[in-house]
Amino acid sequence: MAVEHSTGTSVPAPGDQTRIHNIGYRSYDGPRLGRAYARRSLYSQSLRGAYGLGRSVKSKVLPMLLFVVMCVPAAIMVAVAVATKAKELPLDYTRYAIVMQAVISLYVASQAPQSVSRDLRFKTVPLYFSRPIETADYVRAKFAALASALFVLTAAPLLVLYVGALLAKLDFADQTKGFAQGLVSVALLSLLFAGIGLVIASFTPRRGFGIAAVIAVLTISYGAVSTLQAIADAQGSGDAVPWIGLFSPITLVDGVQSAFLGATAAFPGGVGPSTAEGVVFVLVALGLIAASYGLLMRRYKKVGL
Amino acid sequence: MYDPTVARLTYRALLGRRRALILGALPLLLIVIAVAVRGLAGADDQTASDLLGGLALATMVPIIGVIAGTGAIGPEIDDGSVVYLLSKPIKRPTIIFTKLIVAIAVTMVFSAVPTLIAGFILNGNGQQVAVAYTVAALVASIAYAALFLLLGTVSRHAVVFGLVYALVWEALFGSLVPGARTLSVQQWSLAVAQKVAGGELVTSDVGLTTATVLLVAVTVLATWYAGQKLRSLTLAGEE
Repeated sequence: MAVEHSTGTSVPAPGDQTRIHNIGYRSYDGPRLGRAYARRSLYSQSLRGAYGLGRSVKSKVLPMLLFVVMCVPAAIMVAVAVATKAKELPLDYTRYAIVMQAVISLYVASQAPQSVSRDLRFKTVPLYFSRPIETADYVRAKFAALASALFVLTAAPLLVLYVGALLAKLDFADQTKGFAQGLVSVALLSLLFAGIGLVIASFTPRRGFGIAAVIAVLTISYGAVSTLQAIADAQGSGDAVPWIGLFSPITLVDGVQSAFLGATAAFPGGVGPSTAEGVVFVLVALGLIAASYGLLMRRYKKVGL
Repeated sequence: MYDPTVARLTYRALLGRRRALILGALPLLLIVIAVAVRGLAGADDQTASDLLGGLALATMVPIIGVIAGTGAIGPEIDDGSVVYLLSKPIKRPTIIFTKLIVAIAVTMVFSAVPTLIAGFILNGNGQQVAVAYTVAALVASIAYAALFLLLGTVSRHAVVFGLVYALVWEALFGSLVPGARTLSVQQWSLAVAQKVAGGELVTSDVGLTTATVLLVAVTVLATWYAGQKLRSLTLAGEE
């Protein structure tokens, strides 16, 4: 509705030359979806992004490849168990993630920076915070998305094992118990790894550097811990072995599950932590998860402005 | 073939601000572990060899190599600022060669030096273990830097592929499939170390001649091909 229209050839008076035209902008009067919706969207987009869905073909390759690499050994084990009519699976549910830790580490290292570093580098974080969401929403959505992605990665092979075990007519109650224990353990592992990966990645806008930093923290700490454990075991100070395990994420999870989830520890000598030591393991694991959440909150308090 | 300005800029990109601290954290950890092991187990040649072989040469050198090799060129290509470098009247192979020298120097300083120190702490260079592994780390630094610099020019996901090679191929496949060890920088450098140590402690699956030929071939070919890639570099936008 053009109301103002300077018509004709008549030259307007000098004071009339500036005027505001209504060019038909409309204000939005649909439903406001609000904070929870924005948080959900951020969560689902980040989760899809962690597997390359909704991104270019090139960025689908790596996560999908790692997912396949993660599941293939489980499928092979199941096939062998069915073919040979074995009495039990060749590998415990709880042990699977420990054996495949290199793949899990690579996945975290490649996807955690993908999730947060690029927002920092292209300075899109302030744009997120100009929406109704707040720091806590952003951190929770990203944390939950990466943890869920990791859970999918680590739980899928367990599901393959479980279904395969039932097809091979292994004991139902026994397998269900093992499967449930495995799920609890990988849930803890997912939260822990997601937290550590995101904290490191959120401190660098460079994706490449973030990847290297995450993998360095995960593998070097594991390498150092397992070397020290082997030496402590060889020196006959077996009591120290579980305590050394506190210092790397994967041995931490291993300690928790061998104390409470009926797993056999992968520690040298096969000595897992006792129940009392296991409580310390659980506390440290939960403390690390809480600490990484706190650190992320602190980081994004500053970076959003 | 060597351009001091490009070298200075690359050094700054690799070590500037807080990055040197992060790169320095890994060697520091190795030395701390060496001190702890010496305190816990005393001087023992086998332990020293295991620790230097397993932690220093197998994990630390490749990771530092990935960071330095891809970091020397990857971020520049990634954010597009490499155009400003390429538009200068400097030959592209010169740029690659300079960046390679810098990457090699950084990898050597942050991996071979701490290996030597850790070796001396562990057993005071008994049976030449410390020197042997330092030589291995030096040799491996050259090959890793060249290899990962090439990866940096070829792929946007250079770091991931570098790590997959270093950790999955060399560590996992190397321990499962004996044939994979022939194609592993780690084993080639161990072959050189074996020659230096001369004892039973440091062993490699590859002969010295094969190892030397392969090392030189990989380094030269990777550098040459990286120069070629840079000559025909297409600047892609963010994925």
